[in-house]
Amino acid sequence: MKIHIKNGHLIDPKNNINDKLDVFIAAGKIVAIGKAPDGFVANHTIDATHLTICPGLVDLSARLREPGDEYKARLLSELQAAVAGGVTSLACPPDTDPVLDEPGLVEMLKHRTKQQGLAHVYPLGALTRQLEGKALSEMNELHAAGCVGFSQANVAITDTQVLWRAMEYAATFGFTLYLHAEEPFLAANGVAHDGEVATRLGLKGIPSAAEALALATILRIAQETKAKIHISRLSTAEGVDMIRKAKQQGLNISCDVSANHLHLTEHDIAYFDANCHLKPPLRTQRDKDALRAGLMDGTIDSICSDHTPVDDDAKQAPFAEAEVGATGLELLLPLTLKWAVEEKLNLLQAMRLITQAPANVLGIVAGELSPNSDADLCIFDANEYWKVCPQALKSQGKNTPFTGLELAGKVKYTLVHGQIVYQQPH
Amino acid sequence: MNNPQLDADGNLKHLLSIEGLPKRILNQILDTAESFVGVAEREVKKVPLLRGKTVCNLFFENSTRTRTTFEIAAKRLSADVISLNVSTSSQSKGETILDTVDNLIAMHADMFVVRHGQSGAAHLIAKHVPAHIHVVNAGDGRHSHPTQGLLDVFTIRKYKPELHNLRIAIVGDVLHSRVARSEIHALTTLGVPEIRVIAPKTLLPTQVEKLGVHVFHDMEQGLKDVDVVMMLRLQNERMSGAMLPSSQEYFKTYGLTQDKLKLAKPDAIVMHPGPMNRGVEIDSTVADGKQSVILPQVTYGIAIRMAVMAILAGGNSSTSSPAGAAA
Repeated sequence: MKIHIKNGHLIDPKNNINDKLDVFIAAGKIVAIGKAPDGFVANHTIDATHLTICPGLVDLSARLREPGDEYKARLLSELQAAVAGGVTSLACPPDTDPVLDEPGLVEMLKHRTKQQGLAHVYPLGALTRQLEGKALSEMNELHAAGCVGFSQANVAITDTQVLWRAMEYAATFGFTLYLHAEEPFLAANGVAHDGEVATRLGLKGIPSAAEALALATILRIAQETKAKIHISRLSTAEGVDMIRKAKQQGLNISCDVSANHLHLTEHDIAYFDANCHLKPPLRTQRDKDALRAGLMDGTIDSICSDHTPVDDDAKQAPFAEAEVGATGLELLLPLTLKWAVEEKLNLLQAMRLITQAPANVLGIVAGELSPNSDADLCIFDANEYWKVCPQALKSQGKNTPFTGLELAGKVKYTLVHGQIVYQQPH
Repeated sequence: MNNPQLDADGNLKHLLSIEGLPKRILNQILDTAESFVGVAEREVKKVPLLRGKTVCNLFFENSTRTRTTFEIAAKRLSADVISLNVSTSSQSKGETILDTVDNLIAMHADMFVVRHGQSGAAHLIAKHVPAHIHVVNAGDGRHSHPTQGLLDVFTIRKYKPELHNLRIAIVGDVLHSRVARSEIHALTTLGVPEIRVIAPKTLLPTQVEKLGVHVFHDMEQGLKDVDVVMMLRLQNERMSGAMLPSSQEYFKTYGLTQDKLKLAKPDAIVMHPGPMNRGVEIDSTVADGKQSVILPQVTYGIAIRMAVMAILAGGNSSTSSPAGAAA
């Protein structure tokens, strides 16, 4: 299949391209940008007039819920959601049921996702067996099975001896650790930021110090062990400062923020909106501003969707009992664009954070449109508004704090390996 | 965002929390309650305002006093009352809150009085029920207990009518207290100029001062010259552990004794939402003393709950006065 994408505006952060250029695809690869190669005859032409062409989005954190939680979501529904959101590569955390701590499970997941022929799935293996924080998982075996890194999902390792050993062992083989920084004792039973809103609503709070304390421990051990660390979903101003300093000191560290936290604060909980029950909790305006500033100055490397589909029933409960999470794959692009518009960033700067930057964190070749690279790309209308509502979402999880909001940024086509895997219905 | 407690005309639709209610509504409830106080003193303690209506007490958390006073209040309004202790029935069989509610709606309940251990439970139910059904929050987690807050200001108004001239202290476990939050919102809305909270730091929520209170950690400073002392209950499980070392130490530092009460104004009144822990947060001589208005609080609680239910069911205050109904 040879495809010619014409008249579109090409954004490729990796190659610093921000120009009106055509794209030529053959045999699943990008064969040329700008001018057709000699003798190129397309069997399919996509007219991208007024549209933006960019590398397929890369998401550092998307839960697919398989194996184990099929009533919340299924691989097929979530991978369809991914490509409908322009996401062509995603990393999934290991907190499935059973936990991704067995090479066989990882192989099965890789195999089943590959069969779908939609987005590429890069599993993060469990760092410790059963995520219990006690015994290390078989990292080399899991790596061989397809894990691109190791994570504890939302579970903390309380035993610092184990954390130290885990970092040492991972560092031995150059594996990246994906850690969520939250001190579990301070955060115990907490459901919202420990501040004014939690006080008013009578919700158990999670203090900002819970993130700072966990980060201090992780950073200090990372300094000793030289482990490569990625901090998942930073939430506080203090956390941003700590990462900034750690980077200045030369630590091998990266981090991301969820798109939710770029736009929402504790006040969005309003009258106990269970869709705002997220992990980490939504924090203050000051924290939100600091997270945005952190993205601007490069302290925060990437924006993730933190896609966590939850079934409706699980949200129909009092705030604290409502299950944590929100759907996000189809909102990553529009929420990033919204942020970019608000911060007066150009598309090249914004798209870097959801293409090239997360691909670098994962150490995968993706998020770029260089000649001879895989033709994974997304074509979208940056100015078309759509309303977030259950009917508009492919994901089986329909819950999001953004329900009812009109967002700009509509994906028209998504290509994976040069195949059109999503096309906006007419 | 719409205020979930008010209808499009600004009338009370549900009573979920004091916060968010205008002074107008609070006064409407207090004034209506005033007219109900007399009902209990009649030989026939009933008015027909809720005749033919079914009030459903839905208690997901145990309670004796609150449930009983709601029951009495509904019965004095001539409603049919069902009381369900859900904590001991369906919930233990795995039924969700909203399933339970849907079943009762199918049985044509007109009003739900809800108590639940989780903050926000009453809001969840209010959002779920059809428009003609009213929800009264009888306590949700640490969030709100609006009828308690209302009966407390009603009691204060009885003894100290000049609310705009009062200094009030709330003593004890504010962190876990829905009563304290409701009292604070009611008092600030009604224009009480100085509200103090007195507690160790472990029993105060973060940024409590943003609720409009002055924070004290010392009883002697905090009680000085106050007109009203509102004591809070200390739950057994919090008496020793990481919150407090022991109930004995708590009583010594924050328990209300005659000696400490002397620091308040000589005519200060003492309140407690019950149930009391004598010898933990309050000394028996104070609880039973002449400054105590703890039992009148219970009596007024019935009038307040009658007023709330009458206003909700009646739609507006003109049809919910007992005089009008009796005529």
